[in-house]
Amino acid sequence: MPDAPVFEARDLSRGFDVSRPALQRLIAREGRRTLRAVDGVSFAIPRGTTLSLVGESGCGKSTVARLAVGLYAPSGGRAIFEGADIAEARRSAAQRRRMGMIFQDPYASLNPRWRVADIVGEPLRAFGLASGAALAERVGGLLRQVGLSPADGARFPHEFSGGQRQRISIARALSSRPDFLVLDEPTSALDVSVQAQILNLMMALQRELGLTYLFISHNLAVVRQVSDRVGVMYLGRIVEDAPAETLFTAPRHPYTRALMEAVPDLDMAGRTRQPVGGEVPSPIDPPPGCTFHPRCPLANARCRAERPALIVARGTPGTLVACHAVEEGRDGAA
Amino acid sequence: MTAPLLEVRDLVVEFPTRRGVLRALDRVSFDIAPGEVLGVVGESGAGKSMTGAAIIGLLERPGRIAGGTIALGGTRIDNLSARAMRAIRGRRIGAIFQDPLTTLNPLLTVGRQLAETMRTHLAIDAAEARRRAVGWLEAVGIPAAAERIDAYPHQFSGGMRQRVVIALALCAEPELVVADEPTTALDVSIQAQVIALLRRLTREKGTSVMLITHDMGVIAETADRVAVMYAGRIAEIGPVRAVVKAAAHPYTAGLMASIPPLSHRVDRLPQIEGAMPRLNAIPTGCAYNPRCPHAFDRCTAERPELIDAPGSRAACWLFDTHAPRARADA
Repeated sequence: MPDAPVFEARDLSRGFDVSRPALQRLIAREGRRTLRAVDGVSFAIPRGTTLSLVGESGCGKSTVARLAVGLYAPSGGRAIFEGADIAEARRSAAQRRRMGMIFQDPYASLNPRWRVADIVGEPLRAFGLASGAALAERVGGLLRQVGLSPADGARFPHEFSGGQRQRISIARALSSRPDFLVLDEPTSALDVSVQAQILNLMMALQRELGLTYLFISHNLAVVRQVSDRVGVMYLGRIVEDAPAETLFTAPRHPYTRALMEAVPDLDMAGRTRQPVGGEVPSPIDPPPGCTFHPRCPLANARCRAERPALIVARGTPGTLVACHAVEEGRDGAA
Repeated sequence: MTAPLLEVRDLVVEFPTRRGVLRALDRVSFDIAPGEVLGVVGESGAGKSMTGAAIIGLLERPGRIAGGTIALGGTRIDNLSARAMRAIRGRRIGAIFQDPLTTLNPLLTVGRQLAETMRTHLAIDAAEARRRAVGWLEAVGIPAAAERIDAYPHQFSGGMRQRVVIALALCAEPELVVADEPTTALDVSIQAQVIALLRRLTREKGTSVMLITHDMGVIAETADRVAVMYAGRIAEIGPVRAVVKAAAHPYTAGLMASIPPLSHRVDRLPQIEGAMPRLNAIPTGCAYNPRCPHAFDRCTAERPELIDAPGSRAACWLFDTHAPRARADA
């Protein structure tokens, strides 16, 4: 890649202290407990592309999103934006305006007491990018860009539907002319017909403005539509990292395969999907070795003892996978 | 044809507000046969949960049934007293809701909740109820059921809790289960387990199911027939395969097309422009006409009833063979 990545995570980790209060710990004679929400995650996003992180609840994907824009400080490793640590980058307003975030719930992420024009114009004011008539002009342009009308600026968020609110969130995120957007489940709260509108808008804006996206979702079908590269997360780690097309046509990690098998599809009429057995274990006390081994049909003694590294998959050179079975050729593929 | 178990005819639900009466359900009619799984789909606000709530007699005030009838096994249940309805709910109609935490009582063990439900509705003693409660926990796949029976709901994971809710809905052996978004709060891998379980148990007992969800994938693999709702009305109803693969109503077709496929990448997802109308601004004629690519003059003037269409029944004038029509795109 001739161009340096816009965003890079290097061995990124984040733990949360979930200890009981000090007195209770003393009585129960137990130490502090840490939940390792993100545990050694590495990836890079080239300019103008989309990397998606997909996984079930509790896999750490939203924590990575917050680490990527500096809402959380990493407890290990680095989050690097345009070559500088995110904390350092955020100290400069010129860098800070270049990143933005769109959240899942468009009902909770817009101030209900502000008019839409003020919500969308706030980053312009905060970064001193425009004022007065120029600001109003720019806000009108942004609203048009996301498919609303400049007259909508005079209204309040409650007057809009969920999909329109998400358009307002996108207009706000675009107002400071960012290069890098983190989208945390941007369509999960929306109905499918509206989801299609928002996904189409996001992809059109990316082509138009050359945006770089970190896209977080639990929905594999959505991820397939928007991604250039996909990381599959399980219990705080990336277990498979591959170009989108490769991941969906030749999934290698047993978890990725199980996840795809579990998705209900319209073609399923009359067919039964194969459920994955078991549940996601507690991230406070993850299983030793490969954390997927209790649910994995291919698990053996090595999987129970030794944590697999994320390495190039045998037979699928574009794919990185953390699985002993794939490494040893016991997965019956390729 | 056997007689239907549930018959809903011209059901109207209204909400009186300060600014006038809002009609949330507008002449909804459908049947569910014994042992049949009817999927009810639609986007938020289409009226699918409202239909379920009206059937189980749990409409939120000030909503009220303003017209039409609901009959279970040939007897009307929409005009029963609250007390008479309570005897039917649980015994003849079971309910499963989206969030297991609001269905289960956090202060009682799951065993006690199961046993009390069975003793309220079935003539059995405490020992028998407890024995059956263990059996139900085993049937829904809870490991070590005999020990877990004395656990409280918070000691179960989300997927396990929803299994308990399913046991609770089925334990009095109802004829009909109304399941409102039973898997929406669950992860996909758990969702598949829960759907498989619901399907197996209801099939074994011959229970009819009204499965309300916004997830077409879940409907496609679970339901026998599907009803598509839009703005408080049924837009289309028919065998699941026909509706999913060859939708007749333009709304159903648009809805199906906008679902991102898992099997391949598309350049641009087909989208339906605009949004579903609010209850206080439902267009005259067909409620879908402002968004419909095929709308013609009749669609804005006259409301279509369900008409026989190839494969299903659709509330759309395009399928009226008795009257002249003019497709806008023809």
